[in-house]
Amino acid sequence: MLILLIIGLLEPPSYVRAYDRPNDGGGAIVIEWEPVSDTLLKGYEIFRRKAGEEKFRKIAYVGKGRNSFVNSIGIKDGLKYEYAVRSVGIDGSYSELSIPAPPVASYPQWFKKHKINTLLAIAIYLFLLVYFTQAAKGKELFIRRISGLDHLDEAVGRATEMGKPILYVPGISGMSDIATIASINILSPVAKKAAEYDTPIIVPNRDPIVTMVAQEVVKEAYTEAGRPDAFKRENVFFLSDSQFAYAAGVDGIMVREKPATNLFIGMFYAESLILAETGNMTGAIQIAGTDAVAQLPFFIAACDYTIMGEELYAASAYLSRDPKLVGSIKAQDWGKALLMGLVVLGSILSLFNIDLILKFFATI
Amino acid sequence: MGFWDRFLKIDRRWIFLVVWIAVVIPLIKPLGLPTHITPPVQKLYDFIDDLQGEEKAVLLSFDFDPSTMPELLPMGVAIIRHCFAKKIPIIVYGGLYPQGVGMAKMAIDMAKTDFPDIVYGRDYVFLGYVPGVSLVILSIGESIQGTFGNDYFGNRLDTLPLTMSVDNYEKIGIVVDLSGSSIPAAWINYAYQRYGCRIGCGTTAVSAAQYYPYLQTGQFVGMLGGLKGAAEYEELLERNGIPTGRREATIGMDAQSVVHLLIILLIILGNIGFFYVRRRERRV
Amino acid sequence: MRRTFPLVIAFIMGFVMMIQYFIPHPISQKFYKIMVQQWLIIISIFFYVFAWRSFGLYHINKIKRRKEGWWASVVAFVGVFFMLLAGFGDRIPGFGNFIVKYFNFDDLYNYMFAPLQATMFSLLAFFIASAAFRAFKARTLEATLLLVTATIVMLGRVPLGASLWKGLPEVVEWILMYPNMAAQRGIMIGVGLGMIATSLKIILGIERSYLGGD
Repeated sequence: MLILLIIGLLEPPSYVRAYDRPNDGGGAIVIEWEPVSDTLLKGYEIFRRKAGEEKFRKIAYVGKGRNSFVNSIGIKDGLKYEYAVRSVGIDGSYSELSIPAPPVASYPQWFKKHKINTLLAIAIYLFLLVYFTQAAKGKELFIRRISGLDHLDEAVGRATEMGKPILYVPGISGMSDIATIASINILSPVAKKAAEYDTPIIVPNRDPIVTMVAQEVVKEAYTEAGRPDAFKRENVFFLSDSQFAYAAGVDGIMVREKPATNLFIGMFYAESLILAETGNMTGAIQIAGTDAVAQLPFFIAACDYTIMGEELYAASAYLSRDPKLVGSIKAQDWGKALLMGLVVLGSILSLFNIDLILKFFATI
Repeated sequence: MGFWDRFLKIDRRWIFLVVWIAVVIPLIKPLGLPTHITPPVQKLYDFIDDLQGEEKAVLLSFDFDPSTMPELLPMGVAIIRHCFAKKIPIIVYGGLYPQGVGMAKMAIDMAKTDFPDIVYGRDYVFLGYVPGVSLVILSIGESIQGTFGNDYFGNRLDTLPLTMSVDNYEKIGIVVDLSGSSIPAAWINYAYQRYGCRIGCGTTAVSAAQYYPYLQTGQFVGMLGGLKGAAEYEELLERNGIPTGRREATIGMDAQSVVHLLIILLIILGNIGFFYVRRRERRV
Repeated sequence: MRRTFPLVIAFIMGFVMMIQYFIPHPISQKFYKIMVQQWLIIISIFFYVFAWRSFGLYHINKIKRRKEGWWASVVAFVGVFFMLLAGFGDRIPGFGNFIVKYFNFDDLYNYMFAPLQATMFSLLAFFIASAAFRAFKARTLEATLLLVTATIVMLGRVPLGASLWKGLPEVVEWILMYPNMAAQRGIMIGVGLGMIATSLKIILGIERSYLGGD
C-alpha cells in the first residue's frame, strides 16, 4: 500500500531547543519551540532519536496552544537525545521536520533551586523561633485572651459538680495531623484536672495510633496528679475508623452517659455538627477547637465556646504559660507580621509594575 | 408563658418534622424551578467540551464515600454522560480511597444506559483502587500502566486501546476530582504543580467555599459546588441536547430550595421572637 | 531515657525529612518512599491490631456489666463478624458459594453500609435547621451582618433565589469570590504558619506535651 505523505504549506516550528528539566530527579527533558502562526495549524508532533541514530521516532502530540513539552518516558540519565518538531494541519497535512535541537542529556539534581524561597522562609522562621524562645526566659510575655481555653477549667469544674463525666473527642484525623497533636497537648492538662477532681474522662478515638497516644497521655496525667490508681484504660478506647460510624458511636455515648462537658478538639469534617448538636441536646457545656475552616461555622452555632484555627496551636503555650512555648507564639506572630508587610508592599509595588516580591513568592 | 416564649423554646423535634415535610413534598411533586448557570460550572463544562477531537482523555477520580454520595454522585454521572456524548475518552478512576470504587461503578452503570454504542476499553476504562494517595497521583505522571497494571475487571491496561494511547498526564486533558475532603488540593500539589495537568473539582457545598482561592488563581479550571453544581451541569447537558437521565440533582434542588426557604423563615421568626421577648424584659 | 529517646528520633527525622524535601535526586525520593510510604503503612497496620483489641475490650466490658445500651455492643460484634465473613468467606472451602450467595460483600456494602452512611450525613439537614433557629440571633452588629449575608447566600444558592431576582446568584458569587475568599485565605495563611511553628516546636523538642507529662 502506498502511503502518500502530504507535505503542505505549513511551516515547521523554529528555534527548537531542548534542555534537562531543572530541579528534578532526572529522567526528563524539556522541549520548547517558537509557535507557528497559521490558521491551518492543529498542533505539533514531537520526534526524538538517540544521539548518533539516524531515524527520528514520534513520541508525542500536543495541541496548537502549547509550545513546550516534557519528555519523561523512556529517558535514560546521561544518554544524549535529539529532538525535532513538526506542525500538523487541520486538514491532515504536515510540515517538514524542524531543525533538530542540539543533543541533550538529563541528569538528576541535588537541590531544588526554585524552592530557595521556601528554604529562606524556613531559615527566617527558625531564627525567629530560636530568638524569641531564648528571649522569653524569665519574662512574662503577653498573649491575648482565648475565650475557649479560659473556660476549660470552668467546664471541668461543672462536670465535677454535676457528678457527670467529661467527653473529650480528639478529632477524627491521625497523629500526622497538627490539629491532632494540638488536641493531645490540650488533653494532657484536661486529664490532669479531671484526675485531681476525680471526674471520669471518656476519650473515644477514630485512629488506632491516636488511641495509643491518648491512653499514654491520660495515664501520665493521672500519674502526675498523684492518682495512677484512678486511671481506667477502658475509658480511652478505639471506637471505629469509619467517619459516620464514629459519629454515631460518640452520639450514643453522649445520649447514654450524658456528660456534663463535651470537648471537641482536633480535626473534624462533616460529622462536626452531628456531634455538636447532639451534645447541645443533652444540655452539656461544649468547647470546640479546630483548624478545619469549613467546620468552624457549625461549631460556632452549636457550641458555647470555639477555639478557631491557630488559637488551637497556641493552646499548649496558653495553658502551661511555659516561657519557651509563649516565646514561640511571639515568633509566630512576628512571622505573620513580616508576611503581612511583604503582602502589602508587594501589592503596592505591583501597582507600579514592579513584581520583585511577587517573583520571590512564586513557586514552580 | 406567651406565644413567643413557647416558640423560642420549641422542642427541636417539631423543627425536624417540618424539615422532613419540606424535603419530601418537592420530591413527590417537583416544582420545576429553573437552574441558573454560574461561571465556575460553565468554565468546567466548556473546558471538557473543548477536549472533543483533541486525542486527550478526561480522568475522573471518585474520592468520596457513601456519606457524600447524594451530592457528588450526580456530578460524576453528568460528567461521564458528557464524555460519552461527545466521544471524549474518559478514564474513570475508583479513587484514592477504597470506598470510591463502589461509587464509580454506580456512576458508570447509571450513565451508560443511554449510550448503547459506548465500547469499554475504547471510550472508557475503569480503574480500581491502589493505596498510596500522593504516591498514586505522582505515579500516574510517570505511567498509568505502571501504576495500575490492570483495570478493575482484571484486563491488562496494555491491551486496552484507551490506556495504550493515554499513559500519563501528557495525554490527560483534565483531571476532575470529586471529593468532600481536601483531596482536590493534593491533585493540585502533585498533578498540576509538577506535571502541569489541569484540574477541575467537584465538591460538597460546605467545602466549596474554601476552594474559591484555587479558582481565582486558575489552579482549578472550574468547580461544581454541592448539589447545585451538579444540577447546573445537568442543565448544561440538557441545553446541549445530551441525555441526562433522571436529573437527580435537579430534582433534589427543588427540595433544597424549599428547605432553604424554611430555614430562612425559622431564622426570621426566631429573631422576631427574640426581639419581642427582649423588649418585654427591658420594659419590665 | 523514656522521654529523651522519642525526642531524639523526632529531632533527627524532622530535620532529615525537611532536608529531603529540597533534594530531588532519586536517592532522596527512594528514602522518602521507604520511610514515609512503606514504613508508615506497615506501622499503621500493626496499630490496627491494638485498635481491634481496644474495640473488643470496650464492647465486651459493656456486655459483661450490662451497661445501658449493651445490646448495641452485641450488634457491633455481629456486624464485624458478618462483614469479615462476607469479605473472606468465599475462600472457605466448601462454603465459598454459600457465603457469596447469602452474604455477598457488594450487597452488604450497597444495601447496608452505604445507606447507613448516607443517612448519618443526612442528619445534618435537620441539625442545621435546629442549630440555625437557635443560634442565628441578631444580638450584635456582627451577628446581624452574618445573618443578612447567610440569608442572601442561602437564597442565592438555590433556583428559588434566581426566580425571585435574576441578579441574586451574581451577588452570591461576588460574596463567595471576594469577602469569603479573603477571609478563607487569611485563615489558611494563619493556620499554615501555625502548622509550621507547631511542627518546628515538636522537631526542636520545645513542645513535649504529646509525650505525656512534663
